[in-house]
Amino acid sequence: MAKVLMTGNAAIAEAAIRAGCQCYFGYPITPQTELTEYMAANLSRRPGCTFIQAESEIAAINMVLGASVTGARAMTSSSSPGMSLKQEAISYMAASQLPAVIVNMSRGGPGLGSIAAAQSDYFQSTRGGGHGDYRTIVLAPSSVQELADETHTAFDLADKYSIPVILLGDGMLGQMMEPVEFKHEAPAVPPVRPGGLRGATGRPSRFIRSFTSNPAELEELNWSLYRRYQQIQEKETSCEKFMTDDAQLIVTAFGIAARIARGAITNARALGMKVGMFRPVTLWPFPKDQLKELSKTAKYFLDFEMNMGQMIDDVKLSLEGSGDVTFYGRPGGVIPTSSEVLRVITRLYYQKGLNG
Amino acid sequence: MEKIFTRPKSLKNAVFHYCPGCGHSIVHRLICEIIDELNIQDKTIGVPPPGCSVFAYYYFDVDMIECPHGRGGAVATGIKRAAPDSVVFTYQGDGDLAAIGTAETLHAANRGENITAVFINNAVYGMTGGQMAPTTMLGMKTTTSPYGRDPEFDGHPIKMSEIIGQVEGACYVERVAVNTPANIRRAKRALKKAFQNQLDGKGYSLVEILSPCPTNWKMSPVDSWKWVDDVMSKKFPLGTIKDTTGKTHAD
Repeated sequence: MAKVLMTGNAAIAEAAIRAGCQCYFGYPITPQTELTEYMAANLSRRPGCTFIQAESEIAAINMVLGASVTGARAMTSSSSPGMSLKQEAISYMAASQLPAVIVNMSRGGPGLGSIAAAQSDYFQSTRGGGHGDYRTIVLAPSSVQELADETHTAFDLADKYSIPVILLGDGMLGQMMEPVEFKHEAPAVPPVRPGGLRGATGRPSRFIRSFTSNPAELEELNWSLYRRYQQIQEKETSCEKFMTDDAQLIVTAFGIAARIARGAITNARALGMKVGMFRPVTLWPFPKDQLKELSKTAKYFLDFEMNMGQMIDDVKLSLEGSGDVTFYGRPGGVIPTSSEVLRVITRLYYQKGLNG
Repeated sequence: MEKIFTRPKSLKNAVFHYCPGCGHSIVHRLICEIIDELNIQDKTIGVPPPGCSVFAYYYFDVDMIECPHGRGGAVATGIKRAAPDSVVFTYQGDGDLAAIGTAETLHAANRGENITAVFINNAVYGMTGGQMAPTTMLGMKTTTSPYGRDPEFDGHPIKMSEIIGQVEGACYVERVAVNTPANIRRAKRALKKAFQNQLDGKGYSLVEILSPCPTNWKMSPVDSWKWVDDVMSKKFPLGTIKDTTGKTHAD
């Protein structure tokens, strides 16, 4: 189909409908509310589909849990403070191996923070977020087109691995408008995942639970989750490399920060500096081998994030000491400009003697 | 010889872990009898909570999903909306339904979700060892109200059924008890009506069950049954609180 101009929030919602999302449960919070509104206007009218404005983010994610139990594709969306409220049920879904798509159009924190775009939920997203030993897949698009594409990917990965998937955007990606092309038509009937609980018709009854009073049994659940996480780490990493072939300095950035860095790198190249960018699309699993590979040709890395430095931990763990990593970040919802990042790149380039 | 009493088909052949005199096992059996009588075993999904009844799925031979504490109303909403042909019931204690899950309960009722809520009120947090619940009686000693529940500091026992009765989406709210044979029969009639309402698409039904907890009340089972009549039901009167289904009283 032809490209249409849409906000990121609306693009996610439309992509979710086209991915066969049957149930959406939301709660208003800036800067993702347009996603909820789009679902209210569009999903609620589709045959067999459900939209509910829940009484809280907690209720919304637990409705997702319930819908997922039946095998339906279910989604909720929120922004940072609301994501904190959802963590309990995400932990339960991880333990119960229930798929779901959870969108976080993140904003400045901590606390009520600000409504401006920020990337300070990296730790919460990539380290499980709630209690217990678990992971969620985390996808970090950096354009409206990618928001749409990765929404579809998120539903597929959630079903494939029976795991909650976080789509981590930010207020800027959610609010800005860009041309987007949808590659799928919405299914006439929403798909139902086999194995869901819809009553024990023609089979023995089943139950889904996360509690056991036997630590050995729970240990085995943990190890079985761990084995699945290993599979995901092996098969599902995704990243973008931009002008890295001859780069001596590589900027690492994700999401909207990578859009800003791209402009800075293009200008740095025009000034003759050999700079490139490594952008993880999957934040968990982090594409560590792909990043490590770059350290064969580049020694210097500049980690740029719109926070106080969170992904830098994964950058350093991936490089395993084989790169020199510097950090530049702006927390609190401040959006740095490309020229600001270019100044940082230029200073580092000369400080490290890369200008020959 | 005619067999006149047997295990309900939807009650698994397992030994209950509940304490002697506890009301849970009676309520489990009643629900299973109703599931059999309504012939809905193959489309029922139960939503048990954390708490003493966390192992409900060892006893009910229907599909079950253990949900986070207090979130039964929201989880059941998600199930019922995604699979409207299923029969969904929540099984919730007083800490669950009347404290941590107050919002989920009230709003599931207010949306008129077509589900059945079974509310076990035993005036304490049972599994954690008898702490004060929102339904603990005034003056009652628990491990977290060791000098007796004092309304000045702890508030009064909350009457959730009366609150839910105010909500338009709730079609049927009844309070029963399982401390005497007569009350158990009334409890079954109320529960059956609450399930039938769902089959008839009438909306949210809530049955509150005053349920003895001799262990945490530190009483003999017989004394605990008496206490339900003498003390608990004075604060939580038995009977129909709301019924808009147009049918006769469950009694």
